[in-house]
Amino acid sequence: MAHIKKTFSVKGMHCASCVLTIEKSLKKIEGVNSAIVNLATEKATVDYDSDKVTDQALESAVSNVGYEALIREEIHSEDEEKLRKLKELSALKIKVIVSLFLGGFVLWGSFPGLVNTAPAIFKNFWIQLLLATPVQFWAGWEFYRGTIKSLKHRTANMDTLVAIGTTVAYGYSAFVTMLPGIIEKLNMEAMPYFDVATIVIGLILLGRYFEAKAKAGTSEAIKKLIGLQAKTARVIRDGKEADVPVTDVVLGDLIRVRPGDKIPVDGIIVSGESSIDESMVTGESIPVDKTIGDNVIGAAINKSGTFTFKATKIGSETMLAQIIKLVQEAQGSKAPIQRLADIVSSYFVPAVIMLAIGTFVFWYVLGPEPALLYALLNTVAVLIIACPCAMGLATPTAIMVGTGKGAEHGILIRDAESLEIAHKIKAIVFDKTGTLTEGKPKVTDVIAYDSFTEQDILRYEASLEVGSAHPLARAIIEETEIRKALPLEPIEKFESVAGYGIKALIQGKQIYAGKEKLLNDNNIDTQIAKNDIERLTRAGKTLSLLAVDGKLAGIIAAADTVKPSAKEAVEALKKSGIEVVMLTGDNERTGKAIAEQVGITRILAEVLPGEKETEVKKIQAEGKTVAMVGDGINDAPALAAADIGIAMGTGTDVAIEAADITLINKDLRSVVSAIALSKETMRTIKQNLFWAFAYNIILIPVAMGVLYPLWGILLNPIFASVAMATSSISVVSNSLRLKTKKIYL
Amino acid sequence: MDKLIVIISGIIGILFTYWFFLMKRERTISANSEIEIIVEGGYSPESISIPKGRTTKVTFLRKDPSSCLEEVVLGDFKIRRQLPLNQKVTIELTPQQAGEFKYSCGMGMYHGKIRVTD
Repeated sequence: MAHIKKTFSVKGMHCASCVLTIEKSLKKIEGVNSAIVNLATEKATVDYDSDKVTDQALESAVSNVGYEALIREEIHSEDEEKLRKLKELSALKIKVIVSLFLGGFVLWGSFPGLVNTAPAIFKNFWIQLLLATPVQFWAGWEFYRGTIKSLKHRTANMDTLVAIGTTVAYGYSAFVTMLPGIIEKLNMEAMPYFDVATIVIGLILLGRYFEAKAKAGTSEAIKKLIGLQAKTARVIRDGKEADVPVTDVVLGDLIRVRPGDKIPVDGIIVSGESSIDESMVTGESIPVDKTIGDNVIGAAINKSGTFTFKATKIGSETMLAQIIKLVQEAQGSKAPIQRLADIVSSYFVPAVIMLAIGTFVFWYVLGPEPALLYALLNTVAVLIIACPCAMGLATPTAIMVGTGKGAEHGILIRDAESLEIAHKIKAIVFDKTGTLTEGKPKVTDVIAYDSFTEQDILRYEASLEVGSAHPLARAIIEETEIRKALPLEPIEKFESVAGYGIKALIQGKQIYAGKEKLLNDNNIDTQIAKNDIERLTRAGKTLSLLAVDGKLAGIIAAADTVKPSAKEAVEALKKSGIEVVMLTGDNERTGKAIAEQVGITRILAEVLPGEKETEVKKIQAEGKTVAMVGDGINDAPALAAADIGIAMGTGTDVAIEAADITLINKDLRSVVSAIALSKETMRTIKQNLFWAFAYNIILIPVAMGVLYPLWGILLNPIFASVAMATSSISVVSNSLRLKTKKIYL
Repeated sequence: MDKLIVIISGIIGILFTYWFFLMKRERTISANSEIEIIVEGGYSPESISIPKGRTTKVTFLRKDPSSCLEEVVLGDFKIRRQLPLNQKVTIELTPQQAGEFKYSCGMGMYHGKIRVTD
């Protein structure tokens, strides 16, 4: 009994009663355990016993009640696909075992060196024919089937080469066995070569078996991502909590998440707080504390508290779905480096067939005696050694592993071309605000004069700023809370002096807070703070001076702070020979202050948002491959203009649209990782292509017999099949090695 | 004499192989809004034409168990799809650019063409 869950589209539904009718009809089928129909998605999900229920039964159950089930248009559920693959693999395994077992006896009875130890029965040609026939036509049937089908389209592939090669060997051997007299009349020994046909088939099938297993590993990352999706959600509707399938969640649903639960869809917390592990989606290794108003992403794990959130993105709109889509697209794209391999492989098989014919003619006409035998064996060797698969697998397998590895660590690569260009980057332009820096100012200095304390300064300033949305005001209030300089004082006669600051009364005292000019205009002496003001301004900080009852009381300085990962990232990039440039709309002084902290020497300051693109182009004009790192929203044109646009810390559609690489884990070191990943992937591709081309370029001539005149070396077709079987496996395995490469700081 | 026959047969064989595989004439089938491509020893029809800017549903139906054909890659459209045996897999294409776009099986052995017309 095999339980299967299948989801398929249903056409023609228009109301809730349609849902019930279809569900009822499906449930009536014997073997169906459950049937859930979703009107919004127009999909039915049926859980059934695949031994009892067929696709046709499901289709007719739906059509009997007046709707149309589009079962065959859907890709089978993952379980079913896996089951089919497993069946295919085990069938292949049986063929490999049988053909190598039978072929082994044939080889024992005929291979020089082994033949003396073999029992007489295996030396009998008729017995060999008997052993070789099932291998040729049962185990080898898939080569024939592939060949016949291809020939109908006037195309040829690997199957064609193997089928022709082994048929020549088998046919000749069968002929020798049945009509030895004719061969002997030609002054040749009547010796069959069944071992060549059987062992070649066995080994090539073995190669295919391992290749299929290894290939499955190349798409592991995307399967893992798909597997992250939550299956159910605990939805609160009409005051009641109920577990529903995640496909039934609608926008605006309130969802309760308990400790240890997987967050089902994207949303915003409306009550409660918790620590959330988003590492599986964003690659961010440290759990993030979230509270009311914060966004949560589907597939992340709730670590500690219980909270309720409102679903804001469902189905294909969720961040995880977007990531999966992006990775799938990247894996479907082609790298420019693949072009040559593509061109070669489209001519490859016909070219090998022509070379094989040429080899036969050459050896028959000019070869030593027995010329027919040499001609046949060398022709078979040419057909068997040629391996177009390695060429076809060289690039895509590496791209699949590379993009998958990136996605696992929060590096989303748009396509294979981006991955290819990224390894050539010579200059990286970082946008300052929000990319190199946190993007919001923080209080860096609090200075108190006279009898005032730092706590006083913060308390007065925070009391004035409490209602303001200005970033500097937010920073002061945050700092006041951190330093516990509370309680805030009630204010009176509040007045905002546009562009300069605020004045108000606190406990009857006249307070001024703002720029130096505000204080000077009100005849307050700031001479005492002259040195501090100069020092802090030079460091690119924003100042708010506080005066109480006509006397300067203190200064609060705030500045945008650099991200903790910025310095390390910049250092690593410079170390790898990449020029790092900082782009900012701020004045040179503020820009320089930040640049110095992270170790950037080339600064492009006072660049208006519209000019960022031009600045990128200017660096490109220096002959460099340029990457631009920005937030992806404000920098879209500059990201698009750069050879590689890297969007930081966002999974929004706009950013993904504009960027070639999206880093969703907000860690600047990922820029370094993305470039390292690109370099490693390209190295793997080059190794694979070199191997695939060199293999064919060197071994095909060897199989043709070019080494024979000098050293008497010929390639036994059995060895040719060993080489052929290992060549594609080695390419796939080399790509899989990418998984173990260290690309992180 | 036998050598002469082998030489002549060889030359004929090579020419035939060249003609058979590399000189086949291409027939392009134009698709209106949907088209089905049978995947069996290649793609049939091998060449299709679809209009630019409009969505065309291209349905692949793989009837060939050969593992070579289990994936189809439309690199220009960034699509790589598994084609389960005897299952229809529909891909929606809305090309924005006219031209000729090649697609292939996962290993690049079998080829098909999509012509996008204005």
